[in-house]
Amino acid sequence: MDFDWIRIPYALLTLFIVFNYGLLLNALIAKIAARVGRRHGIPIWQNYIDLIKNYGLRSSITHGAMYYLGPVFRLSGGVGLLLFVPTIHGSLMFANLSFAGDLILALYFVFFGTLGMALGAGESGHPHAAIGISRGLSQVTAAELPFALAVFSVALQYQTLSVSEIVAAQQGGMLNWTLFTNPFAVAAAMLSFLGSMMRPPFDVVIAPQEIPIGPPTEYHSSYLALMQTNRAIFPIAKVVVYMNLFFGGATSWPLFCVKVFLIYMVSVLVGVVFPRFRVEQSVRWFLVWALPLGVVAILLV
Amino acid sequence: MHELHERLKAIFPLGELTVQRPDLAFITLGREHLRPLLLELRHRHGFTHLVLLTAVDWIEEGCFQLTYLLNDRAGARDLGLRVMLPREGASMESIHDLWPTAATYQRELREMFGIDFPASPGVDEPFILEGWRDIPPYRRDFDTLKFAEENFNQRPGRATLDPARHMRDRLHPEGE
Amino acid sequence: MKEELEKRVVKGPDGVEFEVDPLRDYYCQSAPTVMPPAYIKIVEELFNWARAESIWILGFGTGCGAIEMRPLMTPRFDAYRYGIQWRPTPRQANLFVISGYLSVKTLKRAIRSYEQMQNPKYVVGLGSCTINGGMYWDSYNTIKRLDDYLPVDLYITGCMPRPEALLAGFQELKRLIRAGQAEGANRYAEQFEWYKANQKRVIHDWDMPDYNW
Repeated sequence: MDFDWIRIPYALLTLFIVFNYGLLLNALIAKIAARVGRRHGIPIWQNYIDLIKNYGLRSSITHGAMYYLGPVFRLSGGVGLLLFVPTIHGSLMFANLSFAGDLILALYFVFFGTLGMALGAGESGHPHAAIGISRGLSQVTAAELPFALAVFSVALQYQTLSVSEIVAAQQGGMLNWTLFTNPFAVAAAMLSFLGSMMRPPFDVVIAPQEIPIGPPTEYHSSYLALMQTNRAIFPIAKVVVYMNLFFGGATSWPLFCVKVFLIYMVSVLVGVVFPRFRVEQSVRWFLVWALPLGVVAILLV
Repeated sequence: MHELHERLKAIFPLGELTVQRPDLAFITLGREHLRPLLLELRHRHGFTHLVLLTAVDWIEEGCFQLTYLLNDRAGARDLGLRVMLPREGASMESIHDLWPTAATYQRELREMFGIDFPASPGVDEPFILEGWRDIPPYRRDFDTLKFAEENFNQRPGRATLDPARHMRDRLHPEGE
Repeated sequence: MKEELEKRVVKGPDGVEFEVDPLRDYYCQSAPTVMPPAYIKIVEELFNWARAESIWILGFGTGCGAIEMRPLMTPRFDAYRYGIQWRPTPRQANLFVISGYLSVKTLKRAIRSYEQMQNPKYVVGLGSCTINGGMYWDSYNTIKRLDDYLPVDLYITGCMPRPEALLAGFQELKRLIRAGQAEGANRYAEQFEWYKANQKRVIHDWDMPDYNW
């Protein structure tokens, strides 16, 4: 099998675009949240400055090898998710490294970062980190169940495990989107989406007001900067997966930007309206409301 | 309040009643009657809430005054019980079994006044001060200014102005 | 000395007994070192600019002055637009605002928090209590000069300073950082012995390690 080497720089270009878009989008959303509270909010380029500053701090301390690897795993989770899923449909340039079974790999990468974080934060030895990790893992696991069911449902529906083919099957008008052809799967997945975006009401894991900031308590300087980088990439990568599976993918960058923004805003809107759940509440919520939808989706297909 | 005082006086040998307001009065009593009186007030007269427990240092008379302030929620009235203790080796019976919150007050009194409450939980642990080596700081023979000057570096150049005179000089320099 | 800090023999889950000296075993034993701006000048200037525009404050209110920090987050003053944010953990914070009087007990916690912050780090003394004791000048339990114990970059006077004064102070701090003059962490490392001697003179029950990072 001949591998097209030009795909690697193209994939890196995608990564670069998504990274910048993610930084700006995060700041934009912080600004929107601030405007809801009638504040000016942070400047739109604030995330870049924070990033430079954190990379520029002079000292950093370590708690051991896994502590180093935690942010690295987290970042590779985000980057991996992005790289193995086609970003722009129909464009050879931004198809990235997608292949026939990439759907399963994407599912795996969604979880990968959290696991890496668990290892790293566990080694930091801070009790808040341990509490945050146990909360985070249980919540993400609960949120992952409906998503997995929805993904299986979609895979059954289109009889393929390739994201590209799923996107291709949805082309030709909005009514071909999974949103309309398999609404239960989309509903289950969107509820799960709320849980995995780490925004209220499901942000008890990292909320600064709870256990101060949770898993990243001990992370600072470059470690924290790596995690901030991931915070720019991972949500976008995740939204890309959702966009491809349920909302017809994107055929160009402007369409991509608009769709990602709108899907992201779903979680933001829910977040500014609803108060925070405790972990056991959110786990119950996922099992009661989201999981049956996923089962129905599987049964209907 | 007077009626309550009369009823209590029939049971306990009590001192004078000092009425501050219609709903606030103080009674002085001997230390051995404190516990029965507290129980009587709590169970018969509705004083279910211990508002505070504090002390006053009467250094001239050589004694500490403990004030137990109780509140009758239903009757909307407060009653303070004053107990005088000798200043030397001051020690008092603990009431943490009546009101658990009293343990915190007693811990504070132990630290700030040096009044001991044997058997009160955690009474010997440091409360606000850590590593205190001088005499308890709320005693009136403790010279706080001297202590501050000996222990802390002062920044030179500090001036103290009498606010009233300073503002008069600033605003009306021509005089009264 | 607290019980959990004393030397003791612990039996591990595998049945092996070993001795634990928490102050020696659980903490790093090396003193802070001076960390020079080792980069080429233009890079250091870029970093200083970034540091000035992204000030993360440690959310630790040490005295009554902390109440003046809260309005900064509200729509009226909104410090976020100047790149100022609050972080809940000292590891991620750059600026420690000593807000008002500092009792000896709090000083101990403040030192620990300060030492856990990463270089470069800044200290702002807020209110007259941090300058010369303010209205607590004769108190038995508050320190009078903050710069004896921590390297202070900037004082904001007032009792209390209004939020506007704080914002002006933060702008001044930004100017210092951009000019590369806010090297408090290195001053602390250089005169470490002197700072430690001062700290131990007022904290009588020193039950923590000398180095807290």
